[in-house]
Amino acid sequence: MPKKRTNEKIVYWILRGISYFFVLIVAYILFDIFIKGIGVISWDFLTQAPKKGGTAGGILPAIVGTLYLVLMTIIISLPLGMSSAVYLTEYATQGWLTRLIRLAISTLAGVPSIVFGLFGLSLFVIFFGFGASILAGSFTLALLVLPIIIVASEEALRSVPPYMREASLALGATKWQTIYKNVLPYSLGGMMTGSILGIGRAAGETAPILLTAAAFFLPRLPDSIFDQVMALPYHLYILATQHPEVDKVRPLQYGTTLVLMALVIGLNLAAIILRMRIRKKYQW
Amino acid sequence: MATKISVKNLKFFYGEKLALADIDMEIPANMVTALIGPSGCGKSTYLRTFNRMNDLIANTRLDGKVLIDGHDIYSNGVDVVGLRKKVGMVFQKSNPFPKSIFENVAYGPRIHGIKNRHQLQEIVEKSLTKSALWDEVKDRLDENALSLSGGQQQRLCIARTLAIEPEIVLMDEPASALDPISTSKIEELIHELRDNYTIIIVTHNMQQAARVSDFTAFFYEGQLVEFSATEVIFYKPAKKKTEDYVTGRFG
Amino acid sequence: MLNFRGCKEKGVKTVFLITASMSILVVAMIFLFLGKEGLSIFKEVPLSSVWVDKWYPVSFRKPQFGIIPLLAGSLLVTAIAIIFAVPLAVGTAIYIAEIAKPMEREFLKPFIEVLAGIPSVVNGFLGMVILSPLVKKVFSLSTGLNALTGGLMLGIMAVPTIISISEDAIRNVPQSYKQASLALGASFLQTTFKVTVPAALSGIIASVMLGIGRVIGETMTVMMVTGNAAIIPHSAFDSVRTMTATIAAEMGEVPFGSTHYHALFLVGFILLSITFLINYIAQKVLHKYRLGE
Ligand SMILES: Nc1ncnc2c1ncn2[C@@H]1O[C@H](COP(=O)(O)OP(=O)(O)OP(=O)(O)O)[C@@H](O)[C@H]1O
Ligand SMILES: [Mg+2]
Repeated sequence: MPKKRTNEKIVYWILRGISYFFVLIVAYILFDIFIKGIGVISWDFLTQAPKKGGTAGGILPAIVGTLYLVLMTIIISLPLGMSSAVYLTEYATQGWLTRLIRLAISTLAGVPSIVFGLFGLSLFVIFFGFGASILAGSFTLALLVLPIIIVASEEALRSVPPYMREASLALGATKWQTIYKNVLPYSLGGMMTGSILGIGRAAGETAPILLTAAAFFLPRLPDSIFDQVMALPYHLYILATQHPEVDKVRPLQYGTTLVLMALVIGLNLAAIILRMRIRKKYQW
Repeated sequence: MATKISVKNLKFFYGEKLALADIDMEIPANMVTALIGPSGCGKSTYLRTFNRMNDLIANTRLDGKVLIDGHDIYSNGVDVVGLRKKVGMVFQKSNPFPKSIFENVAYGPRIHGIKNRHQLQEIVEKSLTKSALWDEVKDRLDENALSLSGGQQQRLCIARTLAIEPEIVLMDEPASALDPISTSKIEELIHELRDNYTIIIVTHNMQQAARVSDFTAFFYEGQLVEFSATEVIFYKPAKKKTEDYVTGRFG
Repeated sequence: MLNFRGCKEKGVKTVFLITASMSILVVAMIFLFLGKEGLSIFKEVPLSSVWVDKWYPVSFRKPQFGIIPLLAGSLLVTAIAIIFAVPLAVGTAIYIAEIAKPMEREFLKPFIEVLAGIPSVVNGFLGMVILSPLVKKVFSLSTGLNALTGGLMLGIMAVPTIISISEDAIRNVPQSYKQASLALGASFLQTTFKVTVPAALSGIIASVMLGIGRVIGETMTVMMVTGNAAIIPHSAFDSVRTMTATIAAEMGEVPFGSTHYHALFLVGFILLSITFLINYIAQKVLHKYRLGE
């Protein structure tokens, strides 16, 4: 008996150790990025264009470029994703079409990001003639985050209890009136939350914009959505791999990483806070 | 005594399962009709055939006829939305919308195209007065409806239903989740409403059926066993099964 | 009035249906565009010429488009990632689902979520500056940019996917199974490994498959840490080049419509087909076990 107990204890501790191993990794990563990146962050770093091919100066065009891409991605993907979710939760009946839509969404969720890049290149850049541009990159990113937005929006819609719909229909409201007046108002917040998480993903993606939007070095701000842009993740890639003196620009690499991580984690935090506030508002 | 709803040969299926078998019934206008019977006998299903709420459940089928004022509500081309305006429904669990008290009552009229604020205010006051809630809430119409007590919430739901000016009001165990005081308020309310509406109420509470209704229908396993004036059902039932049920020998 | 309202309702529904169907259209177009661009390489070179072990896309004498080294690279890196990630991730899933107290669970989960949220370019960067020097030193290699480093980084990236789906599967094992086992005098751990984990196995397998799908399609990280030599690797310490990295690295410079261009699309099409199959099977497995609950 005692021997068995010791064995059990050992297994417990192994499992616990593994779990905390990941905690350590994450903590170490965040700590490393913060410590080595914070020293680089300055007003100039955030507000100036890069100089000398990126080995000096700031990262403003990359920040602005990423913000543009993110904004356009939201504009394209949000209406599409939300209305897909409305169809799936409120209208769809069981049948081949619904199954096919669901299959398409889960397929889309598994498409590698570089494949999105190739597709964006051939459809948006070449076929539609957008060229490598904010527009082409945003459309590509929008397809990438679409499944995330759909799934999150569906969850938000399903959290509105069915009796809300029944009560409205029983008052003689049509289906659309019911959805518009008595389902969407309560689920919009939840939809936004999930969508922000998707957007966070888009902000950090490199492969899809590599072929569709990102400029290697473009120390001015874009004029229109048909311009190429620098972007934070791509800039980091360039700084980390394409410089003859990689070690010399290491601080800049860390600075860029910190800004990118701050953006991604900031978006996630925003989503979490929003979620908590919504939960307080509607307790069914 | 005028007939408001007449049901002919009604059958209802959930998939393959028969939930209502060959119901025939004439429901009188401006009376309170109670539906009683053991759990699962089909009372709610029956009630929901009158405003076609069963349409929302996939894989169901209805046979036979339901005539309201002589019109078959299941014939082709019937305006279901218009039907539901005429046949209001109060649910078992009070389900106010998470909006203000005012907006809850105004929801129906707004849906039906009334935009004028003054007119809406009138409707809200009238409906809340009819549901005996006006005095309790007139100073807090902008508060969230969920801040009301359970009994008040249910009366708000009744007001919400009355606001669309239905002719028939369906109530599915409207007081089952309420305390005795709130229950008696709802019962009084049903009394008051009787003159102007045809009311059909499902209840598990035998005394309640006896107190509020003029007619009572007893259901058992999807069949209508007996339908008569309430005193008859409770004091001189024609069927043994009815007597067993109302005297509490089963159910 | 009735008709107008009926039409409006139909119209609204149609609009929603159209937007929902966009996903089908997009997926169909992805297959179509990649298939068309990729397969048209066979108008220029015979089928056999892509099944060779040399990928020399830019060569004056004779360019070669053998995809075998790229497939081998992707395969090796993925295998390393999965061998590394599965025990750790499943172990963590068991711990979080069965052992950790609620408070501890709430503490652990955000870390896993942050791990899932780290952009792959950041992972690549960290792989370069932290992991690869470590690998170089530990194994006394001339370079730390190799299949092992790539595999380890990808393993870390697959971990959140595997944890979250496995944890779900483990938690969904009915309480009655566990109680039956405990009632027979089995210890908690015996129950976990002999009853709970086997009962959750299909969910765990699905999570691993989705992890593989994620890893095989990962681009930036591998491009930054594997060294990118397009040769068939002989060990985990060799430099490799994956399918994804090949596309990302070369697509920017190829002339539009050239054989090389089509070759890269072919690689993309193969990648797409592989991930589609893996995900499809994983979804089937997941669906089955969800229905089985
Ligand atoms: N949505 C549904 N799908 C399938 N069967 C259903 C559904 N709703 C009800 N039923 C079945 O139909 C029968 C009648 O149900 P109904 O809800 O009408 O009974 P009830 O008399 O209202 O019961 P209670 O007093 O418990 O409310 C029951 O056997 C029930 O299981
Ligand atoms: Mg019922």
